[in-house]
Formats: sequence, structure tokens, C-alpha cells
Amino acid sequence: MATVSQTDADSGVDAFREEVRTFVREHFPQELKGKSLAMGGVEIGGAETPDQKAWRKAIGQRGWGTPTWPKEYGGGGLNRKQAAILNEELARAGAYNPIGGMGVLMFGPTLLEYGNEAQKKEHIPPICRGEIRWCQGYSEPNAGSDLANLQTFAEDKGDHYLVNGQKTWTSGGQWAHKCFAIVRTDRSDKHNGISFLLIDMDSPGVEVRPITMISGTSPFCETFFTNVKVPKENLVGKEGQGWTIGKRLLQHERTNISGAGAGRGGPSLSDLAKKHSQVDSNGKLADQVLRDRIADVEIRWSSFLLTARRAVEESKAQGGVSEISSALKKLGTKLGQERAELAIEIMGKQGLGWEGDGFTGPELAGVRAWLYGKATTIYGGSTEIQNNIIAKRVLGMLDHQ
Amino acid sequence: MAVLNEEQEMLRDMAREWAANESPVTEFRKVRASGAPEAFDRAAYAAMTEMGWAGIVIPEEHGGSDFGFLSAGLVVEELGKTLTATPIVMNTIAASAIVLGGNDEQKAAWLPRLASGAAIGTLAIDEGAKHDPAAIATQVTDGKLSGTKAFVPEAHGADLFVVAAKDGLYLVEKGDGVSLTTRNLTDQRSHADLTFDGAKAQKLANGGESLLDDVLDRARVLVAAEMLGMAQAVFETTLDYLKQRVQFNQVLATFQALQHRMADMFADLAQMRSAVEAGLQAIDSGFGIARAATVAKAEANRVMHKLSNEGIQLHGGIGMTDEYDVGFYLKRSRVLEATWGSTSYLRDRFAAIGGY
Repeated sequence: MATVSQTDADSGVDAFREEVRTFVREHFPQELKGKSLAMGGVEIGGAETPDQKAWRKAIGQRGWGTPTWPKEYGGGGLNRKQAAILNEELARAGAYNPIGGMGVLMFGPTLLEYGNEAQKKEHIPPICRGEIRWCQGYSEPNAGSDLANLQTFAEDKGDHYLVNGQKTWTSGGQWAHKCFAIVRTDRSDKHNGISFLLIDMDSPGVEVRPITMISGTSPFCETFFTNVKVPKENLVGKEGQGWTIGKRLLQHERTNISGAGAGRGGPSLSDLAKKHSQVDSNGKLADQVLRDRIADVEIRWSSFLLTARRAVEESKAQGGVSEISSALKKLGTKLGQERAELAIEIMGKQGLGWEGDGFTGPELAGVRAWLYGKATTIYGGSTEIQNNIIAKRVLGMLDHQ
Repeated sequence: MAVLNEEQEMLRDMAREWAANESPVTEFRKVRASGAPEAFDRAAYAAMTEMGWAGIVIPEEHGGSDFGFLSAGLVVEELGKTLTATPIVMNTIAASAIVLGGNDEQKAAWLPRLASGAAIGTLAIDEGAKHDPAAIATQVTDGKLSGTKAFVPEAHGADLFVVAAKDGLYLVEKGDGVSLTTRNLTDQRSHADLTFDGAKAQKLANGGESLLDDVLDRARVLVAAEMLGMAQAVFETTLDYLKQRVQFNQVLATFQALQHRMADMFADLAQMRSAVEAGLQAIDSGFGIARAATVAKAEANRVMHKLSNEGIQLHGGIGMTDEYDVGFYLKRSRVLEATWGSTSYLRDRFAAIGGY
């Protein structure tokens, strides 16, 4: 019996793999082969080429950009095994998943958990099709690490809220269609006075100003709300539930950030060092100190990757979030920064180019990535906040406040 | 913690319970007080072998359970938590050397005895104070081995030495041609310099060119497992202490400066555990062992070094006293850090494996 059902399962797997291959063959434009969309956690503006658009539409229609989301809301409805096959086959064909951004990484999973039926029907399918870009309205000038201190106020006007206030570090705000925001609906209760609201970015009274960062780019904005009318239907969950929902969303964010630290991708540190400094007759780096430091960073990077894998395995086995997950964000972001710093140092001044001739594209991109990477230990709950969370929630050390 | 099967969970729980109840740190204190140079309790070792712990990496046909290195690591970790003084780590490595490199006769002669506790094995590799398997002068002529070995762990209780000579690994029994000079190290366990003068030696001829490296990688990972238990114990003891000690009318655990240090150590410990378990799993899978073992011991060295220092500092003055256990972990830690590869040795090896 076991053999028979195993064979059935195998043939099901094979059939699905064949289905994916056929789909990729028919829809993936060969011109896009090997190119990926570096969306990460931050949305990128700019126009799509016709090829890119066609690929996005094809995969979005199928729901395979969000493979494990429920089919009824436009997701792929795939199980984990099938999703893994989909990824394998996309990679094999040099294709990429064109559906990404905050809607996929953070907002979608949260809305699927807390949204009502009408909200899910309205907002999830356009995310699956990659049509609507979302931005995050969380931080304020006086609410960074102390996020619950937020003051943007949504006043109850019967059938709608009237929103006034200022958000900052709004990732991709200048390109976003909609914003998921946490706002204050009650000034008398710090945490229970917060609600989770969805705001159209083209509503009258919304003004967006990009912020130029040390990397020279402007991935974040200040967003001002002046008498912005938001329909009551756009409240997710209940009034006062925003802190709970908002924190849940941050868990998705932190999981995504931890692996995405700066300094990954591109050549390895040792290859970079071989290119930019002397190698002895045995192929060893002649600079023994540098060699030692590279090994040190790479050993710790290895054990970080092993820890990330262990967190996934443990969470799966015990059916809940593994306690080491709380350490992943701070470990991964710090190590990513260390790797980026070392890469810069290995290249000398050639690794510090800002713009212009004399630098390769990857060299210039490396500088910007190194600078931008400084944000990773600050956003999504700074390292210091992560330490508070570990101390209090995991280690049971008492609240210092 | 790696995802375990039922067998492994039972083994771990049994080891945890035994170590906590039968072998708390007070047992190490008794061993120390006895002053016996072999520095372990024979009765305790007999209890361990009765439970099958000495035969975990030995095939069933030779009297072991063949559960593998992850299982052996689980037991060793629990023993490390309470600083159990035992030759079980070195005995396991000696056994694995015979499993990897021995012929049928050698296996039949030694493995059942190493599994049952009838004999104890250890590893004699280094000839100086630092780990350097590339610098071996010991030679064998006509089946007679001559040379000196430095700081051989568990030497006093050992019946069998797995000895590195210029041309490979050999089995040498204690007795004729083997003399021993005690070297008292800070961990107050068994260490000795050995002089072999024409001692009868049998080559482990079946392991191929890489036998010495293969055995040392197993030794690195299993020692790292012992260090993992020690690190876990220091972390938990220190955390408990911070939750009890009151100064300025406040429990120390409420001070944020201390909270963040503990959070850092929690993250370090998570990395150490991942690296050690991955090393054990690599040995069992037979894939990527050299790199995984190097990462395992390097991370064990880094994290145990830090935790052993922080453990003392966070205990304050009482951490400096012999009455508290935390100092024992510091002293044992430094000895194990230097065993089968210091941090700089391991970084060099990691870079060499990576081709730079």
C-alpha cells in the first residue's frame, strides 16, 4: 500500500513540475533571463518594460507570485512542497518572481489573518497580481523605537475617520498606491488607543516628501496627513486593536530583514581579496591579518545561516515560532554590516567611489549598499529594541521601565 | 536544538536526568579532592557504559548501538553541563578512529571492550603545547613506535592510545615501552606527556590518506559538544544569579546594561548550538565534514571563551571564589579551547578549505 500511494504522490509531484515547466516555457520572456527584480523590502519606482509587464501579468494571473496564499483571494493555493518545486523551476529557467514588495512580505499575511471578508476580497487579489503597491505608515518623528508613542490622530466622524498627523520613514511612499498605517483613535490609552487603518495615497490631504539618505537614494519619505477622509470600512480589526495587529506585521518584517542584510550577493570576500591584494604561490592571501579577519567573519556568517535554518526547522517541528527567531534579526543585520565593511576595506579607495568614471557598476552599487545597510540595524525594531525583547520575553528578565 | 527522533530524545532525557541527579558539579569536586591522577570516578564511568554511552558510535556487531555522532553529542553536551569528569569523549574518538581505520581483527579486538568499558581509549597526537598535526616526529620501525606526545588527555586511565606517527595512526597499548609524566593543568583533569620507546604498535591501515584529519574533525566536534553543554550551563547559572542578586534595592536582572549583555550571549549561544549540531550532523551524513567541524569548534571556542569570562564578571566577587562553580567552567574552557585547534588554527584551516 505504502508503495502505491508513494508512487501516486511522486506522479503528482512530477505532473506539477511539468505544469510549471510548460507555464515558464510559454510565458517567460527569454530577454529577462537571469535578471531579477531587486525589490527586497522596499518598493522601487520606475516604468516596467513590456516584457516585464507581460511576465508579471502571467504569473500574477496564476497566483504563483504568492504561491501559498489561498486561491479564493488570488493566491496560488499551493502546498509547501509545490511552492518549493515552483521556486526550483523558476530558478532553473533563470526566471524570477515579479510579485513582491511590502504587500506580499508584510501587509498581505497580516490582512489574511486579521482582515474581514470584504477587505480580503478587495485588497489581496491586486497584491497577488502585483498591481497595487503598499507602503507602511508606522514611524513618526517622535515615535521611532517608542512606536506606541505615535500621535497621528484618526477622529471618528460617523461614517469616516478624519486623519491628521505625520508619518516618517515611509518606505516607497512616493510610489505607493496605498498605505497601511497605525494611528491613534484614543488619546487616553497608549497601547489600546491605536488602530490599524488603510489609507489611499491619492486621497486629498496626503502629501509625500522623499528623504535623501546618506546613500544618496530616497527610498523613504515623510508623509503628511491633513484632514484626510478615510472610510470606516478601511479599519482592520476592531478599533483599539491596532497595536496587536501592527506588532504581528512587524514579525513578518523582521523575518524578512534578517536574511537581507547588506553585504550578500556579488563575489565572496575571499575572491574580492584575491582580486585586490597579493596572493602567495600557494594561492593563499599574503595579508595574513586580512585572511584571518575574513575567515572570522565567514565562520560567524556560516553559523548565522545555520541558525536561520534551525529556526525554520524548529518552528515547523514545534508548530510555533522558535525562540531563537528573536535573535536572527540582530545577528543577520550586524553580520551583513560587518561583511559590507570588510568588502569596502579590501578594495581600498576603489571601494569608496561615489559616482563617475573609474568605477565599475558593482563597485558603485557596493558603496551605496554598504551605506544603506546601516539602516538594517535601525529599522524594523533596532538592535537595542531586539535586545529588550530577548531579555524580557525570552530570558524572563524584568522590565527596566 | 536540532530536530530529534524519538530514540535521540530518550537518550538526551536520560543523559540529562543522570547528569543532573548522579553527576552534579559536586561530583567533580569529589574527584578533584581525591587527587587521583586519572581524575574520574570509575563507578560513574561504569554506570555510563552500562547505559551504552561509550558505544554510541560503535557498530552493533561490535557491541555498540551505532546511533551516530548527533546522539553521542547529545550525551556529551549533558555531561558538559555538569563538568562530569569522564574519559567518554576521548574514548568515543579513539573508537571512531578504529571504526574508520581499523581492520576486522583490530575492530573485533578493541571495539567491544571500548563499548563495554573493559578498556578505555584516548588520542595521542600533538607533540608540543599547541595543536599541530603537521609537526609529528614520532616514528615506527618494525612495528615499534618511538616518540613523545604532549598533554595527552585522559592518559592516566587509558588502556589504549591512538597515536599519530609520521606515516599514519597506530594503536599502542599501555605497558612496555610507554611511560607517562603527569601534567597538571588548570582544569584539574587528566593530562600527561607520554614517551614511547619502541612500544609495540599496530597500524590503522584502512582509513586512507585523510584518516588523521577525519579523526581530528570528529574530536573537534565532540569536544565542541562538551563546550556547548558548558556554555549553556554558564549562561543559565548566570541568568539565575542576575534574577536573584539585589543591589540598589533592585534585582540585577532589571538593569538594561546587563539585559543587553545577556541578549548578546543568548544570540551567541544560538550560533554556537547551530554550528555544533551541524558539525555532528555532517559527520553522520558524511558530507562536508571538514568545513562543518572547523566552524563548529571555532564557534565553540569563540562563544565559550566569551561566556566563561562574562560568567565570572556578572557573578561579581563570588564568581572569583572556589566555592562557586563558574570558575571551573572558565578553567576547563581554556583547556578545551586549546585542544584539537585554537581559534587561530581553526581560522587558518577554514581559509585553507575555502581556497584562500
